[in-house]
Amino acid sequence: MSGDKILSVDRLAMRFGGIVAVQDLSFAAERKKITALIGPNGAGKTTVFNCITGFYKPSGGAIRLSHDGGSTIALERLNDFRIAKQAKVARTFQNIRLFPGMTALENLMVAQHNALMRASGFTFLGLIGAPRYRDAEKRAIDLATDWLKRVNLLDRADDAAGNFAYGDQRRLEIARAMCTEPALLCLDEPAAGLNARESAALSELLLSIRDELGTSILLIEHDMSVVMEISDHIVVMDHGVKIAEGTPREVRDDPKVIAAYLGADEEEAAAVMEGGS
Amino acid sequence: MKAGPGIPSILKTAFVNALIALVLFSLMVGIRTEAGASGQLTYWTRFGELVSLVAAVFGGSIVLELLRQWIGPTGAEKLVPPAVKSGMSFIGRYVAAALLIFTLLVPVIFYNQRYILDLAILVLTYVMLGWGLNVVVGLAGLLDLGYVAFYAVGAYSYGLLATNFGWSFWVCLPLAGILAAFWGVLLGFPVLRLRGDYLAIVTLAFGEIIRLVIINWQELTGGPNGVSGIPRPSFFGIPLDNSDDGLAAKLGIEYSPTHRIVFLFYLILALALLTNWATIRLRRLPIGRAWEALREDEVACRALGINTTTTKLTAFATGAMFGGFAGAFFATRQGFISPESFTFQESALVLAIVVLGGMGSQLGVALSALAMIGGFELFRSLETYRMLVFGMAMVLIMIWRPRGLIGHRAPTVYLTKANAISSDLVKEGHG
Ligand SMILES: Nc1ncnc2c1ncn2[C@@H]1O[C@H](COP(=O)(O)OP(=O)(O)O)[C@@H](O)[C@H]1O
Ligand SMILES: [Mg+2]
Repeated sequence: MSGDKILSVDRLAMRFGGIVAVQDLSFAAERKKITALIGPNGAGKTTVFNCITGFYKPSGGAIRLSHDGGSTIALERLNDFRIAKQAKVARTFQNIRLFPGMTALENLMVAQHNALMRASGFTFLGLIGAPRYRDAEKRAIDLATDWLKRVNLLDRADDAAGNFAYGDQRRLEIARAMCTEPALLCLDEPAAGLNARESAALSELLLSIRDELGTSILLIEHDMSVVMEISDHIVVMDHGVKIAEGTPREVRDDPKVIAAYLGADEEEAAAVMEGGS
Repeated sequence: MKAGPGIPSILKTAFVNALIALVLFSLMVGIRTEAGASGQLTYWTRFGELVSLVAAVFGGSIVLELLRQWIGPTGAEKLVPPAVKSGMSFIGRYVAAALLIFTLLVPVIFYNQRYILDLAILVLTYVMLGWGLNVVVGLAGLLDLGYVAFYAVGAYSYGLLATNFGWSFWVCLPLAGILAAFWGVLLGFPVLRLRGDYLAIVTLAFGEIIRLVIINWQELTGGPNGVSGIPRPSFFGIPLDNSDDGLAAKLGIEYSPTHRIVFLFYLILALALLTNWATIRLRRLPIGRAWEALREDEVACRALGINTTTTKLTAFATGAMFGGFAGAFFATRQGFISPESFTFQESALVLAIVVLGGMGSQLGVALSALAMIGGFELFRSLETYRMLVFGMAMVLIMIWRPRGLIGHRAPTVYLTKANAISSDLVKEGHG
C-alpha cells in the first residue's frame, strides 16, 4: 500500500479482562481516502474505533496520526477530549449520541465549542458582548447552516434533535462531527437502519466530504452496497484479527472473507457477495 | 380512564410501602424509650399508633397510585392541546414581565407592612439561591446536595472580613463570591469522576463538612456561637441609620427603620437579577451550551473535543459564586450568622425549588421559590400540620407536572424561530 497515510495502526491489542477483543491488528488509512473496516458482529470494529478516539486505552500497540503539515501524534497517549481537540479526529457512534434536548443548530454549535471558546475570550469577552465574539458566533452559525444544507436538514434547524427520524439523526450526527473540522472522520455504521434511498444519499454525502473537503474517512459499515461503492480500501476483521485487506474487488473475491461472513451470518454473507456487483 | 397498572400492582406497591413504614416506625414510634426517674431506661410500646401510621401509609399509597393514573404522569402535557400550549408560552413572557414590575413595586405597595417586606426579602433570597443552583443542576445536570456550603462560605467570608478588618460590604461582596467559587472548584475536583447518586452523596458530605468545620474552628468562626455584630450595608458608604450623616438626614427626610428594609429589598433584587442576567447570558455563550450538552450526553461532548473536567468545574464555580453572593447578603441582613443557618435542610429546600420550578427554567425557579417560601408562610396557621400539608402539596404538584412547573426548554440560538423544546426530550443529566 503506497501513498500518504493519515492514520497507521500498528499491532494494536485490546483486552477486557480475559476477553481479547482486538489482537495484533495493523492497518493504515490513506489521506483523503475512504477506508472501510468491515467484519461480522463482535469482530472488534467498534473497539478499534474506541481505541483510536481515546475512549479505550489500548492494551498494546501504537496508533499514529500524521497531519498534513508533517506532525505526528501518538493517539494512544492522548486521552479522551484531546484526540478530538488536538489530533482533529471526529467520530460518530453506533448507537447515535446526539444532544436530544437541543435543536439541530445547537448540536452543531456545541461541536464548534473550542473555536468559540477562544473567540469568547474564555467567556469573559462573550459576557460583555465583544464584537469579536459576535463575529465568531455568526461565522459558527454560517458553518452550521452550511452543514445543515449539506445533510438536507436546513428546514429542521430549530427542531429538537430528539424529535428527528432515525435517518435524519444519523445525518445530523455526521454534520456535527464535521463541524469540528476534523482531519479524520470515523463513522461507526452510519448506514445502519437507513432505507435504500437514504443509504444512497449517505454514499453521496461521504463522497462529497472526501472529494470536496479532502477529509479522510474511516468507516465501519455493514451495508455492503455502501462499502463496496465508496471505499478506496477495505480492512476485514474477524474475532479481533485482520483476515484480509485490499480494494473492494479484491476483498469481495477473497475466500477467507466469504467464509468469515458465512460462518457468522448467511444474510450478511449474501450481502457481501451481492454488494457492488 | 387511561390504562394504568392494575389493582394487584397498586396493592403490591401499597403493601411494600406499608412494610417499609412498619420497619421504620416500629423503632421510631412503636417503642418509646425514656430515661426514668433514677436514670434507668424505661420503655413502653405504642402499637396503636404504629398500626394507624402503617395503615395511613398503606391507604395513602393506594390514593397516590390512583391519582397518578388519573392526572399523571404527564397528564397535563397530554391534555393541553398544542395551540393552548403555545399560547401559554406567549403568556409566560408577559408573566415574567408582570412579575418583575410587581416585584419592583412591592416596597411601595407594602411600605407599611414590615412582615410582607421581610417575607419578600426571604423569597428573593431563595430565588437567587435557586437561580444559582440552577446553573449546576438545571443546566449542567450535576446533582448538588451541598449547595448550602457555598451560601455558608459567602456568609462567613463577609461576616469575618467585616468584623475583623472592618471591610465594607461592597468590597466583601465580590470577595465572598470569589471565595465561594474557589470552594466550588475545590469540591469539583474530587467529584468530577463521580456520577449520579455518588455525586449527590459526596456533595451532601461536602455541605456537612463545611458546617462541621465552621462549628469546630472556634478561634476563627466562633463555633456554635456564630459571628455577631456584622455591619449592616451602607448606601455606598452612607449609613442607613438615625445618625447625623445617615442617608435620611442627608436627604432631609425623617428617619424610619423601614428605609433599611427597603434598601435590603432592592439589594437582593439587584443581586438576584444579576444572577438571572448572567445565567441567561452564559447559556447563550459556548460555555453555557457546553453545560447543557454535558447534561445531555457527556460521552458525545468528549468526542467533540470538549474538556468535560473544566466544563464541570466552571459550572460548579459559577453556581457557587452566586451562592456566595447570596450568603454575603444573608450575613448583612441578619447581622448575625451561626452554623444553624446552614444545615442540609437549606440545600434540600433550594434543590426542591429548582426541581419544582422545572430544571433549567428561570421563570419556573422564581415561581416555585415564591410558592415554596410564600406557601410555607401561608400554612403557618396550620401549625403542626404545616409540614404535612406542604409535603402533600408538593407531591401533588410533582404528580401533576413531573418535569416541574415550567416544562420547556428555550433554544439558545435559532435560525428562523425559537421553538420551545418539550421537557420530555431534555435529559436530566446528574453525572
Ligand atoms: N467495554 C467492554 N468490556 C468488555 N468487553 C467488551 C467491551 N467492549 C467490547 N467488548 C467485547 O469485544 C468484542 C468486540 O466488540 P465490538 O468491538 O463492539 O464488535 P463490533 O463493533 O465489531 O461488532 C465483543 O466480544 C465484545 O463483547
Ligand atoms: Mg460495533
